Amino acid sequence: MEKRTVISPEGESFEVDPMKDYFCDARPKVYEPVLPIVEKFLNWARSESLWVLGFGTGCGAIETRPLMTPRFDAYRYGIQWRATPRQSSVFIISGYLSVKTLKRVVRTYEQMQNPKFVMALGSCTINGGMYWDSYNTINRLDHYLPVDVYVAGCMPRPEALLAGFDMLKKRIREGKGEGANLYAENFDWYKANQKKIIKDWDMPDYNW
Amino acid sequence: MISRLENIKQLYHIEQVVQQRHDLVLITVPKEYTVAVVTHLRDYEGFKHMVLLTAVDWIEQNKFQLTYILNNPEEKVDVAVRTMIDRDQATMTSIHHLWEQAATYQRELREMFGINFPGSPRVDKPFMLEGWDNIPPYRRDFDTKKYSEETYFPRPGRETNDPKEYMKSKMYPDEH
Repeated sequence: MEKRTVISPEGESFEVDPMKDYFCDARPKVYEPVLPIVEKFLNWARSESLWVLGFGTGCGAIETRPLMTPRFDAYRYGIQWRATPRQSSVFIISGYLSVKTLKRVVRTYEQMQNPKFVMALGSCTINGGMYWDSYNTINRLDHYLPVDVYVAGCMPRPEALLAGFDMLKKRIREGKGEGANLYAENFDWYKANQKKIIKDWDMPDYNW
Repeated sequence: MISRLENIKQLYHIEQVVQQRHDLVLITVPKEYTVAVVTHLRDYEGFKHMVLLTAVDWIEQNKFQLTYILNNPEEKVDVAVRTMIDRDQATMTSIHHLWEQAATYQRELREMFGINFPGSPRVDKPFMLEGWDNIPPYRRDFDTKKYSEETYFPRPGRETNDPKEYMKSKMYPDEH
């Protein structure tokens, strides 16, 4: 890709390499826990404010929308939807993932800041579901992203999603919401899997 | 509707006419007349709206069948212009100059069937599959199950049944 010229607010012009633009490409680091009692308090705080990224990948996106309405009202559990990956801590993979979407999902996941959790919704994320023999949808999400909670079903009802959030909160409070650390520890394995199926890899290895 | 087709029959070589429904007629034309027939239908017979352009893979005959469905919004009738093209050198004249949106259909056919439409805008850019390096997936000699098993890390333990045998054993258990 060609370098492009950017003019700063001060009027200076400089060249920017698009592969190193606006993000850092250092490898992810494993989060070192602080004192256990402090960590326990932090985990409680994390579990009580789950901010979900508004990114619908498949048909499951339609099941998350009723949760915002007064009927199911996920906000009473401290769950709310955010517009950007920088602001959110939970990534719901809602249903099947095509290879094209997976590329965007990987970038988005890496742009989210710690602590971050992945919730896999529907059978498609577990074993491919009804798209198990499709030429363009992945079968197992846990080969590309670390999954904290699975919600099985095709499609799960919003109640099942609420139960999934409950389970996620429980796991975070127990200190088991370690997906981001798992990703950092097995970074090369995840990257190899991602690059095996995303054949036109035209982005940095890690960007955030 | 039929009177309109009579006009075309006098002008072009029409191989087959099938009245599928009261408001849908399928006509089969040779490859070289297809764009002329489509243009004639649009300009003189009021079929102003292109509903879709799609393909069928007749692998046994080594042919692709292209179907252009056109709609006449005033008379509320459809006509489907069908043509057979060679499967090995699948090339067809583009109709993006008649309807701009045809370019998108042609881009999709290029990617999913490998049918080339020279001159169509952005026809070589990836449409849905990014970085695809196999034969086009909608061709019938592409084995989607095999590709998926080789590529997408299948989870072991899935049980599958042959649908035909399974339905037989469920619906007619005595005959087994």
